[in-house]
Amino acid sequence: MPGHNGRDLRLLQGNECCAEAAILAGCRFFAGYPITPSTEIAELLSEKLPQVGGKFIQMEDEIASMAAVIGASLTGAKSMTATSGPGFSLKQENIGFASFTEVPCVIVNVQRTGPSTGLPTAPAQADLMQARWGTHGDHPIVALYPSTVPEVFDLTIKAFNIAEQLRVPVILLMDEVVGHMREKVAIPHQSEIEIVSRPQPDVPPEEYLPYAAGPDGVPPMAPFGTGYRWHVTGLYHDETGFPTTAAPKVDRLMKRLYSKIESAADEITFTSDEFLDDADTVVVACGITARSARRSVRLAREKGIRAGMVQLKTIWPFPYDLVGDIAGRVDRIIVPEMNMGQLIGEVERAAKGRCEVVGYSRVDGEPIAPAEIVAKIEEV
Amino acid sequence: MAVPIDDYLRTQFMPHIWCPGCGHGIILGAVLRAIGRLDLPKDEVCIVSGIGCASRAPGYLDFNTVHTTHGRALAFATGIKIARPDLHVIVLTGDGDAAAIGGNHLIHAARRNVGLTTVMFNNSIYGMTNGQYSPMTPRGRYASTAPYGNVERNFDMCELVRAAGGNYVARATTAHARQLSNYVENAIQTPGFAFVEAVTQCPTYFGRRNKMGTPVDMIEWFRKNSINAAAAAKLDPADLDGKIIIGEFYRGDAPEYTEVYDEVIERAKEAAAR
Amino acid sequence: MTSAESPEVPVLVRQEWCKGCGICIAMCPKKVLEAAADGKVVLARPEDCIKCETCEIMCPDFAIRVVGGRSKEVARGREDVADARA
Ligand SMILES: Cc1ncc(C[n+]2csc(CCOP(=O)(O)OP(=O)(O)O)c2C)c(N)n1
Ligand code: SF4
Ligand code: SF4
Repeated sequence: MPGHNGRDLRLLQGNECCAEAAILAGCRFFAGYPITPSTEIAELLSEKLPQVGGKFIQMEDEIASMAAVIGASLTGAKSMTATSGPGFSLKQENIGFASFTEVPCVIVNVQRTGPSTGLPTAPAQADLMQARWGTHGDHPIVALYPSTVPEVFDLTIKAFNIAEQLRVPVILLMDEVVGHMREKVAIPHQSEIEIVSRPQPDVPPEEYLPYAAGPDGVPPMAPFGTGYRWHVTGLYHDETGFPTTAAPKVDRLMKRLYSKIESAADEITFTSDEFLDDADTVVVACGITARSARRSVRLAREKGIRAGMVQLKTIWPFPYDLVGDIAGRVDRIIVPEMNMGQLIGEVERAAKGRCEVVGYSRVDGEPIAPAEIVAKIEEV
Repeated sequence: MAVPIDDYLRTQFMPHIWCPGCGHGIILGAVLRAIGRLDLPKDEVCIVSGIGCASRAPGYLDFNTVHTTHGRALAFATGIKIARPDLHVIVLTGDGDAAAIGGNHLIHAARRNVGLTTVMFNNSIYGMTNGQYSPMTPRGRYASTAPYGNVERNFDMCELVRAAGGNYVARATTAHARQLSNYVENAIQTPGFAFVEAVTQCPTYFGRRNKMGTPVDMIEWFRKNSINAAAAAKLDPADLDGKIIIGEFYRGDAPEYTEVYDEVIERAKEAAAR
Repeated sequence: MTSAESPEVPVLVRQEWCKGCGICIAMCPKKVLEAAADGKVVLARPEDCIKCETCEIMCPDFAIRVVGGRSKEVARGREDVADARA
């Protein structure tokens, strides 16, 4: 159905929207293993990817899926996988490999209630910390978190672009409810979508140093099979890509991996807020909970309470400065989340005691309703 | 030279890390000679390994090389091959890497019949982690985690790959390096999944624990205890106990995965056009 | 290469790569090679070499090269494969 501004207005489920956006973002390879509530992404891509000459494969497990995604990306294909809790756990070792070897890829985690098999069809927001620290060792990672189906579209495109720009795995965290809800989305024409591709070497193969980064900290990445023969290893490596144990080189690599994300932090931090200017109570939330938060501050305003809210669409890197600024201006920050308290730890780190930080956890497999947050706001 | 081995090596990193007399270098030489005889362009060869002594091989090779995570080489290689079917993707893996932690990936790579060449360096032990038993350690042999002799049986990976659907299956030992190289050559030329088991010596751990003597003694042991598949077929199975059966066991012509997937792309494009 | 590359020297040994495992010495059908005091391989009887390449193929360290061996002219040993097949 042609919609406003010549855009295609469609009623899409979050998971469907993610798959459609991935193709428009240039995704040409998907490997996955079925798991509720993410499976629709794989199903749709098995249909759509070959239509555009892309490849879909259902691997034997999530470990293999993550590995295949990295392998395909090494050849230059924009690649992704989609999963949920138990599968996200299995992917972790190879996510660390992608992060350390700087292979761009997108990992969608449509969260369900854990731990273990948990409640396979119920929402939770309890993989926030796993998205950041699921794999062993220090490592760079980016995680985005939509709260609506149109945001799924936008952030899926951004996930691919950031993965390519920074050569980093990007995790798209979704809530089960967002993955399964249907909303209207205006799909822009391909030509309106900004597409970023990984930096390419501008030197001949004999001069190529696969891990020599420019000022942005991101090394150019030659696709396999194009004359640039280079080595990829999960061991510490120097600019040549070959293993090293030399302490200064080990130190330099780890620090570069962190600084490439830090120096791009402003470009990759996405938030949205309401009534912040004069608020004395601010709700900080993400995903589906941010929708309730938005509604709750409107309800509070109707009651004459000066409440505001911030939705964090970028969870990692965590926007410490932004939340810290707010903490310096308000009396209270409320952090509602569908877990036992994960986001709140980061908010407290950012607030550094400058305001009161109050958590609200719901862990029964049900989303947090606006009224629950209003009650928390009123409880001064 | 028609077989320019040095041209395939990143000679700046030599000598390699393998112990004196380790058979892994013999296998690697056999692989490189096979690539040399086939005259594959270096840019079109991709070598993928997991973790272990054997899996350190790619670092020394002047191709597109990936040293991945333990056991997962075949899954990475599957992604590479499917995204770039024109590349010659060769997986170099250890027996722990391929038969233990990566066993499931091996089964499924063979079942899918993805066009990968896999060379399993079987030293019957976990070399890199100092000599624990592997799924390929024969019952009764000693290892650092089998101080009273290994309780478990080892298994026949060639039969496994054949049953799973691979198109090429062969086995040789480091005592049969020429034959081994020919098998690798045939494996590379086979469309579909090809598997070569290379039985090799780890003098440092397997050899020492099991009092097998020098690397030369171990190679001689392989020579004496190997039996050609054709000859083995005529013997009573009981007489084959402890023997290494070598030879080309299977050649199939089942369709290769990426070729079948290309047909899927055509069908999908037709469906989209409708 | 420490040995000079001349037609009279059939086998070149790269001493820096040789780890002295003794495999080539044992495998050479003509006993051309011997271990030096440091364990590394040296040519003792170069005149006996038949350029069979066994040493080169069996060296795990890529330390030996046979000058003008037969594999350098033709792909070798297809018949090995035929008779090994089940
Ligand atoms: C997930 C994981 N588990 C365990 C290890 C430790 N590890 C490294 S190499 C290895 C065994 C390698 O044995 P094999 O594949 O037979 O190769 P070899 O060293 O004998 O050549 C193990 C267990 C690891 N690196 N990663
Ligand atoms: S430990 Fe064994 S397998 Fe590893 S390099 Fe030494 S001899 Fe080879
Ligand atoms: S080529 Fe053959 S004969 Fe000559 S040194 Fe080597 S093994 Fe001995």
